[in-house]
Amino acid sequence: MKAVSLKGVSKQFNAGVTALDGIDLDVEPGEFVSLIGPSGCGKSTLLRIIGDLTKPTAGTVQVNGKPAERARRDHEYGIVFQDAVLYDWRTVAKNISLPLELLRWNRGRRNARVKEMMELVELTGFESHHPWQLSGGMQQRVSIARALSFSPTLLLMDEPFGALDEMTRERLNTELLRIWQETSSTVVFVTHSIAEAVFLSTRVVVMSARPGRVAGVVDVDLPQPRTSTTREEPRFFELVTQVREGLAAAGAPLGETQEPALVEDLQ
Amino acid sequence: MSTIVQPVPRNVGRRVGRTALDWIPAVAVFAIGIGAWQGLVTAFHVQEFLLPKPTAIGDAFWTQKSALWSQGIYTFKEALGGYALGSGLGILVALLFAAWRPLAGAFMPYAVAANAIPIIAFAPIMNNWFGLLNPFSKMAIAAVLCFFPVMINTLRGLTSVHPSSIELMQSYAAGRLSMFRRVRIPNALPHMFTGLKVATVLSMIGAIVGEYFGGPIEALGVKILNDSSYGNFTDAWAGIVMASLLGIVFYAVVALAERLTTSWHPSARAFHTE
Repeated sequence: MKAVSLKGVSKQFNAGVTALDGIDLDVEPGEFVSLIGPSGCGKSTLLRIIGDLTKPTAGTVQVNGKPAERARRDHEYGIVFQDAVLYDWRTVAKNISLPLELLRWNRGRRNARVKEMMELVELTGFESHHPWQLSGGMQQRVSIARALSFSPTLLLMDEPFGALDEMTRERLNTELLRIWQETSSTVVFVTHSIAEAVFLSTRVVVMSARPGRVAGVVDVDLPQPRTSTTREEPRFFELVTQVREGLAAAGAPLGETQEPALVEDLQ
Repeated sequence: MSTIVQPVPRNVGRRVGRTALDWIPAVAVFAIGIGAWQGLVTAFHVQEFLLPKPTAIGDAFWTQKSALWSQGIYTFKEALGGYALGSGLGILVALLFAAWRPLAGAFMPYAVAANAIPIIAFAPIMNNWFGLLNPFSKMAIAAVLCFFPVMINTLRGLTSVHPSSIELMQSYAAGRLSMFRRVRIPNALPHMFTGLKVATVLSMIGAIVGEYFGGPIEALGVKILNDSSYGNFTDAWAGIVMASLLGIVFYAVVALAERLTTSWHPSARAFHTE
């Protein structure tokens, strides 16, 4: 059974803009797949389609063998956005236990899980802080803890570290890989950073823009576990080059993967 | 791991409002203002019917304090009744509008238009409808005045939820009730309190102005009106002081309730960390 299975997925917005066109993609359980492409290639839209937060215009979406909507209702995935989307009125611990409340876990079970998650993201001691008392990197760790709190098998991440500085981002990349291995979950990760995609992924899906299509797939054969020295290996640079050339071939202007988003903002 | 950050101690420093030291400038301004008033009125021999001396107003206030208190309480009860009615309805309507958008679409234009009407002009009508001596006639004016700011602010808070917050709740397959209870209502609280604070002042205005158009002798507005008509301006000023004190206390109580219920709000961060 595939963790994610997309067949002929297309998405048109009301304005007649084709955001995605005929996407076929399978993600195996335990994989870490990055979607990379220029802004406007619909990678965030694709992630939302997998999460059943947006309906595709055509095609079928299955998560863990279930139709996307069923999978969402069954809490098959956790999601992390670019903004941490934490609720100011809840403490860190209560933010993490939000999905557990919705799943009607009892208090004892919730507290035990929150404690576990706080350890997993190394925030123990911050339970009773409010989100705005934390740095951006810490907020995003809370967001990851919340997404994983109910042990979904799939983690959807939409440029989760896009707003963070380079050093924080690299540190959280390493942490994310540790968490991914400890929880043996499947990750679909949207980014526009080539280095981040290569460092994290087992597979990088390169997308082209307008309309968004899969332009190529790069298998990342860097050994696990990856550490900060992974970024200095020749193979890392070869793969980075391969992805960059893939993006160039797909029509993304080099060095300009951060042009203003058009299509993604339309929704 | 290299990412361990030590927790900073919580609630360091000041927790509840300003310290006594922070109040010194405000107290100084008050003292200077009253002093200047007293000095100027004395120096320029300003007629008492134009502007009495603060000391004279203070004297009048002190000698009439028990009468002023009971008159103030009478009027305050009207204001409070109207406040509860208008604000309660405002919150209820905001919830309905937020829950069912077509309803808002149909009624909002009229709510906005109604708000542009100088509602105080209806005071004589209300007195006619409910009876001059019936406190409900004043409550009705206060309620109408309070309704709009509470409703519009609460509605804004209920609807100005970040799209990602909604997507997050959708990803958990959360229902509408959950969405309201866990996201929209907490998000609305700071906005709602903005409206509730404005409404405290409006309810006092509504009650007193309502009384200017006629009311029982035990009402503060009637007292101020009568004192003015008979030329007892110092007594009228004493009545105004009582009205102001009640208005300030009312506002402060609501502001305190806001502090207590929305202490999580980033605007309160100064009270957590200094």
